[in-house]
Amino acid sequence: MTKDSRQYLKRLWNDNQYSRKLLLSSMTLAIFLVLWEILPAAGWLDPFFTSSPSRILQAADWLFAHGLWNDIWVSLSEFALGMLLGTTLGILVGILLGWYRTLDAMFEPFVTMLNAMPRVALLPLIILWLGIGMESKVAAVFLGAFFPIVINVMKGVRTVDENLLKCARSFNANDRQVLSTLVLPSSVPFIVAGLHIGVGRGLVAVVIGEMLASQAGVGHMINMASATFQTDKVFVGIFLLAGFGYILTEILKQLEKIFEPWRTADK
Amino acid sequence: MINLEARRISIEFQMRRTGDRLMAIQDMSFIVEPGKFVCIVGTSGCGKTTLLNVVAGLQKPSSGEILLGGIPVKGPGRDRAMVFQSAALFPWRTVIRNITYGLEMQGYSLKVAKIAARDMIELVGLSGFEESFPRELSGGMQQRVNLARALVTKPDLLLMDEPFANLDGQMRELMQTEIERIWLQTGQTTLFVTHLIDEAIFLADEIIVMTNRPGKVKADIAVHLPRPRLHSFKKSAEFFAIEEKLRDLIQEEFAQIIHQGSPPEIL
Repeated sequence: MTKDSRQYLKRLWNDNQYSRKLLLSSMTLAIFLVLWEILPAAGWLDPFFTSSPSRILQAADWLFAHGLWNDIWVSLSEFALGMLLGTTLGILVGILLGWYRTLDAMFEPFVTMLNAMPRVALLPLIILWLGIGMESKVAAVFLGAFFPIVINVMKGVRTVDENLLKCARSFNANDRQVLSTLVLPSSVPFIVAGLHIGVGRGLVAVVIGEMLASQAGVGHMINMASATFQTDKVFVGIFLLAGFGYILTEILKQLEKIFEPWRTADK
Repeated sequence: MINLEARRISIEFQMRRTGDRLMAIQDMSFIVEPGKFVCIVGTSGCGKTTLLNVVAGLQKPSSGEILLGGIPVKGPGRDRAMVFQSAALFPWRTVIRNITYGLEMQGYSLKVAKIAARDMIELVGLSGFEESFPRELSGGMQQRVNLARALVTKPDLLLMDEPFANLDGQMRELMQTEIERIWLQTGQTTLFVTHLIDEAIFLADEIIVMTNRPGKVKADIAVHLPRPRLHSFKKSAEFFAIEEKLRDLIQEEFAQIIHQGSPPEIL
């Protein structure tokens, strides 16, 4: 190592916390990957069960050439469609239940029960009703996303700033105007919070649904690979899902940052 | 221009917890003549804000009526606009869109509303901040937006509910001169609630002193002093004479509270 590069690393280490964190985390990751590669190669671990980074890359290469894109496309569409439906209907129903106490009293048992139960338990029923195609997975994702959004939006509607409500009323705003200019925008931070939970549940729903009964999708691929003892391919699927979850979390973090100033309740 | 008449207004509350009935205002009558700046002062909890809510049409009196140009007030209307104690600005709207809010609710197109809003922005001294968001403004500037939002609807009657209560002393004095300057320009009939005696004398043509709960008119004092009133006016003999009279009146009310042994709960 030259003196310059040593100094450069030292500066990186001292200068800011972010680069130090990055350095440490990439170091442990690198060590982990190297060990994962070396230990099976040296015969300490059985690659049949543990696979290794190089084998996973090879498997990925093969899979991408043999229909993995289609699996990704199927899973993504199921997830996106389910989320879209769950979010739109969730916002609508959340506003209605939050604004009209009578409706809330009428439907509260359903919302509470369906939100509290593990919705995975409904999957066999959904598959029975909608079949093993994409529809059943869309429905499963929908159920995962819908309830946390409903519950969060209801909370948002009920914590609308009294002063803003008074202001809207003083300008003679009607119910529709109050909903669109005040209630909906001030619910946005709550919608994002609901999305956070909904995205997690939706991902679980799509994977479990595909594993249970389907003809395509990343979950289906993992299941098939596992059933035929192809550990390398299983890992490809796992990494794909991990990456997908990571990207979604980051997007939501950004959304939260953007909409946080919209919060009016605790001012 | 139109005058405001409160005719034997009574307002009764039912306490949510105990179910007891509470008379906030009893048999209160007064008249605000067109073009006048009228201040209402009283001890805290005497029902000043409640009275203003009733005039705004946000709350119904238990008995009596509010007449605006001889017509009974039935609810909020475009003949009145209110400036709130907390700025009550929409955090997701820019300054100009906050100011156009009332006009939008009244059905004006955004284009027309914006033209009117720009004039107001100039009047209240916010030029250059049209596209800023409320969170980027100081407390005093937020109150200017609050004021402009009410003024832009060109109401017959402007209602102000302790609009400077949350500002620091210097900012409050500055805003008092600003309010007078704007009032001299618009000639806007104004009903201004405050608990600060000096603020009332500085701004008002007429001061209505309220009694403790149940609130009614204790005294009606005219302030015939030249305008514009500079802050040095607060050191003049005329000012002191009125201040002493007001202080005595309010002291009497305080003495009564202590005598009765029941501290005023703030509603």
